[in-house]
Amino acid sequence: MGIVVENLTKTYGTQKAVDNISFQVETGEILGFLGPNGAGKTTTMKIITTFMAPSAGDVKVSGISIFDDQETIKKKIGYLPESNPLYQDMPVLEYLEFAALIQQVPKEKVNGRIAEMVHLTGLNSEKHKKIGELSKGFKQRVGLAQALIHDPEILILDEPTTGLDPNQIVEIRNLIKEIGREKTIILSTHILPEVEETCDRILILNNGKIVANGTSQTLRQRASGNQSIRLQILDAEPDVVLPGLQNIDGVLSVDFIADEPNTFMLLCDEENEKIRREIFGMCVSNNWFLSEMTPIETKLEDIFRELTMN
Amino acid sequence: MSTYLIIAKREVASFFDSLTAYVLITVFLGLSGFFTWLYGSDIFFVGQASLQSFFSVAYWSLFFFIPALTMRSIAEEKKSGTIEMLLSKPVSDYQLVMGKFIADFELILIALLLTLPYYITVSFLGPVDHGAVICGYLGMLLMSAALIGIGIFSSSLTNNQIVAFLLSLFIGLFFIIIFDVLAGDSTGAFAQLFSYLSISTHYESMSRGVIDSRDIIYFLSLAGLSVFSATMVLSKRKIVE
Repeated sequence: MGIVVENLTKTYGTQKAVDNISFQVETGEILGFLGPNGAGKTTTMKIITTFMAPSAGDVKVSGISIFDDQETIKKKIGYLPESNPLYQDMPVLEYLEFAALIQQVPKEKVNGRIAEMVHLTGLNSEKHKKIGELSKGFKQRVGLAQALIHDPEILILDEPTTGLDPNQIVEIRNLIKEIGREKTIILSTHILPEVEETCDRILILNNGKIVANGTSQTLRQRASGNQSIRLQILDAEPDVVLPGLQNIDGVLSVDFIADEPNTFMLLCDEENEKIRREIFGMCVSNNWFLSEMTPIETKLEDIFRELTMN
Repeated sequence: MSTYLIIAKREVASFFDSLTAYVLITVFLGLSGFFTWLYGSDIFFVGQASLQSFFSVAYWSLFFFIPALTMRSIAEEKKSGTIEMLLSKPVSDYQLVMGKFIADFELILIALLLTLPYYITVSFLGPVDHGAVICGYLGMLLMSAALIGIGIFSSSLTNNQIVAFLLSLFIGLFFIIIFDVLAGDSTGAFAQLFSYLSISTHYESMSRGVIDSRDIIYFLSLAGLSVFSATMVLSKRKIVE
């Protein structure tokens, strides 16, 4: 059943942190939460984990409402909060044991689960150290290990890669992908390539509202509606090429690119492949040399900016 | 193992890991010992083998010692954010508060057990009224429970340990001395009310060896009310308006 969020609203005083949002997460899906700071990502996550109650609306986790049976929901969820809070003065193994016991992992399985988590998150060399002595990357792994210790169906990760170096980011990302094969994951982040790489679907929040919801491809198409093609045609007079390109059905506009001779930028509507075929046909029949033809995708950064800048 | 005990166990372990326990117990034993055996109207001047002077010293040393113990309990979890990690696991607000309570009580129990040599020493000096001693220890434990409750409640109100410490001293001050003074200054029903509210009324009769169910009910309800209030403070975030 995954997670169903219905008309969720949370107000702090007069400010609406989350404003009447609804979405669903299917079982086994990795959903990426995007949005500028203060968009309501963390608040939504806190409500799903039952840490906080919404002002209005409901969340159902595997069909159970957060108002009915919080205990069962809490057991199904593994949560890594935003700043990865840990007991700094506890050794890693002791902390994982504490996390396992509190999640009601049966006593005879506790040691097995801990060993599995240490192996999965690569904590073996650090397992006897106190958490406060670990580097940030290892602390993050401890945070992931404690969230996963009871083998939850759902994993909620609030900015799991902030503050990590690029190598650690890749490692954590791969870890999330690996875990994500069997689990439902909600993940929030500022790093756009991260959602593209790890998530099946993206949800962009702004000012507490959902401004976009879909895969990265559908978001791209929706954001611009049109696509651009970069062209370089040699052995031809630009003045002859230009009207030829403009006459192609579906081409909206053609521009010269400054400083690059014989290079054009086409803005076309969606049927891109047909246009590319026609351009190729035109070049062949006129004996022009087509040296470059690149469809340009809108970057996720641009979509993000477009949707979240007011 | 129940959730209360898992939380309490972790808490006690962190007292000993962070040396808090050693420092606090040493200070408690040092102060109580100094004033009981060495300074002022000490135990040798009473003229009989009795721990009464220790009990009246402990009245004050527990008053200072317990807020220092309880100040970090919830304030620290709030400040570091671990409370969010903990309460999104299958732990209820009440279980968290009770876990902290049990842990703090356990530490007081250890501190008081370490004063048993006082009892043994005194029993070598002359015949001791064992019943009175047991009763006095029971009084100390009950008073500790009430003060721990107040301390945890104060700690739940803030994420700053110093504020929590001062607040619980402040609230404690009412029960330890102010209500007593007010009772002396007023007459009639008010005097009775303040006298009933004062910890000293109940503690003194117990340290003399008198067990009255009213005293036990008083301490337990003070502890219970504090734990309940702390739970309510934590649960504030879950109010649906």
